[in-house]
Amino acid sequence: MIELNQRNAVNPTRADMIETSETHVSPTPVFTTDQVQMRTNAAVPADHDTDGTEVIIRPRSGWIAIDWKEMLVHRELLAFLIWRDISIRYKQTILGSAWAILQPLLLMLIFTFVFRRFVGGNIRDIHVPYPVFVFAGLIPWTLFSQGYAQAALSLSNQQHLLTKVYFPRLFIPVAAASVFLVDLGYSLGIYAFVLLYYRVMPSWTIVFLPLLIVLTLIATLSLGVMLAALTVFYRDVRHIVPFLTQILMFLTPVIYPVSALPAKYHQLLALNPMFGIVVAYRAAIFGDDWHWSIIAISTTSAIASFLFAIFYFRRTERQFADFV
Amino acid sequence: MSRPIIICDGISKSYRLGVKQQSPQLGLAFTLRGSISETFYSALRALKGEHRNGDQRNSLFWALRGVSFEVESGEVVGLIGHNGAGKSTLLKILSRIVEPTEGIARLRGRVASLLEVGTGFHPELTGRENIYLNGAMLGMRKAEIDRKLDEIVAFSEIENFLDTPVKRYSSGMYVRLAFAVAAHLEPEILIVDEVLAVGDYAFQKKCMGKMRDVASGAGRTILFVSHNLGALAQLCKNGVLLENGIVKTIGPIDDVIKTYLNSGLKQGTGQVEFPTEPAKPCQFLSAEIVHSDGSHGSEFSCDEPVTIRFTLEAREKTAGTFLTFYIQNLEGARILFSDIRDTDPSAVSQIGVGLHAFEVTVPPRLLAPTTYLLTLICRIHFRGVIDEKHACCEFTLRDLLNPHANRQGVLGALLPWNHHVIRQGDLERAEAP
Repeated sequence: MIELNQRNAVNPTRADMIETSETHVSPTPVFTTDQVQMRTNAAVPADHDTDGTEVIIRPRSGWIAIDWKEMLVHRELLAFLIWRDISIRYKQTILGSAWAILQPLLLMLIFTFVFRRFVGGNIRDIHVPYPVFVFAGLIPWTLFSQGYAQAALSLSNQQHLLTKVYFPRLFIPVAAASVFLVDLGYSLGIYAFVLLYYRVMPSWTIVFLPLLIVLTLIATLSLGVMLAALTVFYRDVRHIVPFLTQILMFLTPVIYPVSALPAKYHQLLALNPMFGIVVAYRAAIFGDDWHWSIIAISTTSAIASFLFAIFYFRRTERQFADFV
Repeated sequence: MSRPIIICDGISKSYRLGVKQQSPQLGLAFTLRGSISETFYSALRALKGEHRNGDQRNSLFWALRGVSFEVESGEVVGLIGHNGAGKSTLLKILSRIVEPTEGIARLRGRVASLLEVGTGFHPELTGRENIYLNGAMLGMRKAEIDRKLDEIVAFSEIENFLDTPVKRYSSGMYVRLAFAVAAHLEPEILIVDEVLAVGDYAFQKKCMGKMRDVASGAGRTILFVSHNLGALAQLCKNGVLLENGIVKTIGPIDDVIKTYLNSGLKQGTGQVEFPTEPAKPCQFLSAEIVHSDGSHGSEFSCDEPVTIRFTLEAREKTAGTFLTFYIQNLEGARILFSDIRDTDPSAVSQIGVGLHAFEVTVPPRLLAPTTYLLTLICRIHFRGVIDEKHACCEFTLRDLLNPHANRQGVLGALLPWNHHVIRQGDLERAEAP
């Protein structure tokens, strides 16, 4: 639904409401949206019931462009969904939002006491106390692992929303993943205390942190949205999720430094977006090695898989209500 | 002459039936278990010479086929059909929830769909929070909800409970709140699917009133699905009748309702035969409901007698065989109970071995005009219920003198009223000096 909020009654010929075709997303001819078209009613005598917008519903096939306008129109709903998911998370709990603080703290403690020994000789490459090192990696990792898992399950958990009401479907996994940004905020707060405790001075590059957070969200959504679309059609995907989380955790240098892995594999492993992102977090916060090639590969991988995921989602979303 | 606000042109929707793992036509080779086995089996089938095309054609189910109609701006249109006719599917297509397989629909205006009451309500959130959430989902802006919050709360009558979690609400409160939000939508096109079928009588009356306001004021276009023919007749100007996915009639609502009722004739079971069960000492063999001239039917006028006929096969000599039947309405309430001994206490001993036919007539203007179900029971002295044919026949009474009257109540008797004028004229004038 497109709302222009303009009535044609007084001014039937509006030069600015020209007929637009749908290729406002991409110039490549592969993408077509024939679902929504905007027309002028200059030729038809204006009547106050039409504001020149028309929704056309017809069968579509192939790749469909993302309807950014529609999502913009419905943006308040996205905010409501995120707010809803955050609110219900801690209702009727004993710990309440303290849980958001406890989780990363506990993980950090466990990892410090258990895994520090396994890092072995490579501990020389870590120039800060191990807790500081591991926590820095945990910050994006927690967002990623929890975010993509919830996003993947969100569609099949909220089937009634898919079958009873219409709004841009992408909102559902995005809202599910975005909830963990709150957790991320809390973690950063605790991390400040950890840094204080170990008397580690953060490097000036910490100002890039917001950018890295956005990148983490993109990586989270790329996997989450993709799996969300798949869980609608294939029920067994939801069982892959915990398994996948474990594997990815070992493929991401959260616990260990990059140097622990042979250099010839670095570039290949950087295809995992979180690989480079964790490296970048550590570099930005306390001045660890920047490993530019790794970060570049991971960033490209994150953005490319994000774009693929949302286009795949868009392509299959029209069949959700039939299959869920 | 303005263009119609809703145009449906050849809308069709098909579903594939019976395929074990319905793999969608994604075009991407995702090798998950289902896809793997599906590919394997279709390869196997191809080897065996069974062609996929034949299978596909047989297992295709058309929920809608070639549905075309137009709705002018400001019209209230009723969508009628038996269960399974495709009404909900059509509404889902127009609400953009489901995509049509063929055809085009054009909607010129903002659409809000009410396919379910309380969509998106979360039990952990409070009433107030759910108002915002539900309103946003239905398409309202936050500013709009802020503006209307007081009205919504007043309509739902849950002022005191606004800040308690919705999971503590009774079902009535829940439904009232959900409908209150929906009732304050202001779209150009409103699509409503049988949501008025919930709630108690007072609530339904309130909803009807609100729907009437929405329909008559503000020039809103409404597409309305309901089984409540009285409501449809009152609110709608035109109607569309769907049957098995095809448009059967379009036209003024009264005509469409009439066609719908008449088509029910073929579907009602006014006559039924039962399979023989030789183990039973007695058994009903057939049952039918006939007009006074003997012709079968399941539609009767309130003013004609309804005759119930059934046959019984008695295979053993018994101490006493009692036959009873009762008529119940669609809500399950048993309206009329009749026993073979009612007018003749000695009837019990008269059922010997053999085949018997019985006939009972329900007098006219006894029962209210609605649909009834017949249940036959046979009991034997000291042995309990031997044979019971529950809801075996269906018949419907219609008040042909006044077809749209929503006559409440279980009985249909027409009573004479006695009117006697106590005083003529105004009270004040009579007392003035």
